[in-house]
Amino acid sequence: MTLNISRWRKKNKTNSDAAVDSQDVVPVAVVEPATQVITVDVDITPTDPLLAYLQSSANPVELARLNMQSPALDELRAAGVTVIVPLVSQGELIGIINLGSRLSEQEFSTDDRKLLNDLSTQAAPAVRVAQLVRQQQIEARDRERMEQELRVARLIQQTLLPKQLPQLPGYNVAAYYQPARQVGGDFYDFHYFDDGRIGLVVGDVTDKGVPAALVMATTRTMLRSAAERLESPGAVLERVNELLVEDIPPKMFVTCLYALLDPKTGRLQFANAGHDLPYVRTADGVYEMRATGMPLGLLGGMGYEEREITLNPGDTVLFYSDGIAEAHSPTGDMFGFPRMHALMEAYSAEDQLVQFVLDQLGEFTGPGWEQEDDVTMVTLEVLRKALVGVHSDDPAWTVLAEFDVPSEVGNERIAMNRVAEVAAETSLTADRLERLKTAVAEATMNAMEHGNKYRADVPVRVRVCQSADVLSVTITDHGGGQFVREAETPDIDAKLAGLQSPRGWGLFLIQNMVDELNVTSDDLHHTVELIMNL
Amino acid sequence: MASGFREFQASVRRQDGTAIVELSGVMDGSAEQLLNSAYAEATSSPPERLLLNFADVDYINSTGIALIVSILAQARKAHMPLITAGLSEHYQEIFRITRLADFMSIYPDEAAALAAA
Repeated sequence: MTLNISRWRKKNKTNSDAAVDSQDVVPVAVVEPATQVITVDVDITPTDPLLAYLQSSANPVELARLNMQSPALDELRAAGVTVIVPLVSQGELIGIINLGSRLSEQEFSTDDRKLLNDLSTQAAPAVRVAQLVRQQQIEARDRERMEQELRVARLIQQTLLPKQLPQLPGYNVAAYYQPARQVGGDFYDFHYFDDGRIGLVVGDVTDKGVPAALVMATTRTMLRSAAERLESPGAVLERVNELLVEDIPPKMFVTCLYALLDPKTGRLQFANAGHDLPYVRTADGVYEMRATGMPLGLLGGMGYEEREITLNPGDTVLFYSDGIAEAHSPTGDMFGFPRMHALMEAYSAEDQLVQFVLDQLGEFTGPGWEQEDDVTMVTLEVLRKALVGVHSDDPAWTVLAEFDVPSEVGNERIAMNRVAEVAAETSLTADRLERLKTAVAEATMNAMEHGNKYRADVPVRVRVCQSADVLSVTITDHGGGQFVREAETPDIDAKLAGLQSPRGWGLFLIQNMVDELNVTSDDLHHTVELIMNL
Repeated sequence: MASGFREFQASVRRQDGTAIVELSGVMDGSAEQLLNSAYAEATSSPPERLLLNFADVDYINSTGIALIVSILAQARKAHMPLITAGLSEHYQEIFRITRLADFMSIYPDEAAALAAA
């Protein structure tokens, strides 16, 4: 007796046994003594009428009695198969047992048929279970491999993103990167030049996972080396494009914005390789920073338009990736550029722009949003007055006092009194001195509470500096790397009605007491600068 | 206590229909318990009005403002007018900025507050 299980392709691959595919079926041979085993390797196409026939047949099928146009049937006959026993489990045809002629050359008896029937009834569920186990093993391996790939992609991205933000006197630079679960190809980078200029890069590689991460790594390196030798953003992009076109896998490309800032003059030159247009907010309004150019890696010989603007105190630039504008709300609306534009207009100077964007985005997408793409932002803000306290070597400034206070309840009054002592020696009027005292006390309280969590061994540093026309007090805590959430504007009506906590006056008071409030964070510190005009 | 600052104290007196709460020292989070007891004492037999006298207060921070907001909310619930005296120019300004002044009349001193009653 000859037994084997033929393989076929299933038409419908969407149901649970989709993996019953030509590759997945294990050829099974049941061998008895004195039998001869021949492997009949027949592919039965999904449209072959034999499949439908076998599916509906509960009993062994004698091929001699079949009359249909079936290529598979012809092949099976040619291979010597005379009887097919369908293996059906839960109404699904999961395999067949092919039998050739008996070695005795006698017909299959009624007992033989009964035996075959019993065999198929018992074998079918067993084969089905084996298939399912195998299918699950394959899926588990796939999932494991995908997770592993995502870990690698994330690692590449995070290793290559800058560990530190540029520390530029007079500027506040912030960056944010949150990969999607699938890890897109977003990146940002800073280039430091000897003459003090800073290159800012924001880019996005099409595709996701490890391939995108590798192209991102390559592009980042190419940009760095091109920027070392070339002067202008347009030339840098042109050079990187030429290099990438040679190497980049088909159907992949990189969008990239490259900007070069001279912090001394505020001059910002930029070129754009198909990346989302940055926004700049000036005293006159919000503008897109337009410069034309094709994405990197698509075509050789591309030129990149170069533009420049001059940033003034109070101006803010937002560089970002498409993960923001292309985020969707629960109802399927896209965040879109008009919202980006409106958001640039809406945020106030006291807000941290990054946090403001995230809050607006969060409101739009609603809770439980699965981030569709990486979200990347780099913000560049020109402070109205330099964070002068941090740069005491500037000859235009005199340091009047510099001291630490331990983060213990009530110590804000130590800071307040010491600042008052030196500020009283300036031309600050008595009423404005009182205002500054309140602001210093509140800012120090915030620093001790939110930044240093009232750990007595973590001090708050206070520095008082004076220039010809300005008194600056900087208050620095160790709450770096986090964006301090701006408090909601306290509303006395809501508070009296019990709709708002009676608390939450600190920041509000500070804002109302001083002429200017600057806030800056790096990885380690959070600094508030209080400015009083003299 | 940081040097030059006195701990918070609150005492209650009554004059005609007015319960006068005299406050002194530092009004920050540490003042909460004493301030609430003083309010409870002043309103145990409800007066016509409640006067907070800040003349001897050295310092009020944002937490102190929050305590005053809580007292004000309680007084309004009880339909009891709340008036103040003795606030420095600076804290009067803070009461205006926070709009506490919209809900509490501000008098320069106790005598002026009682005369207006």
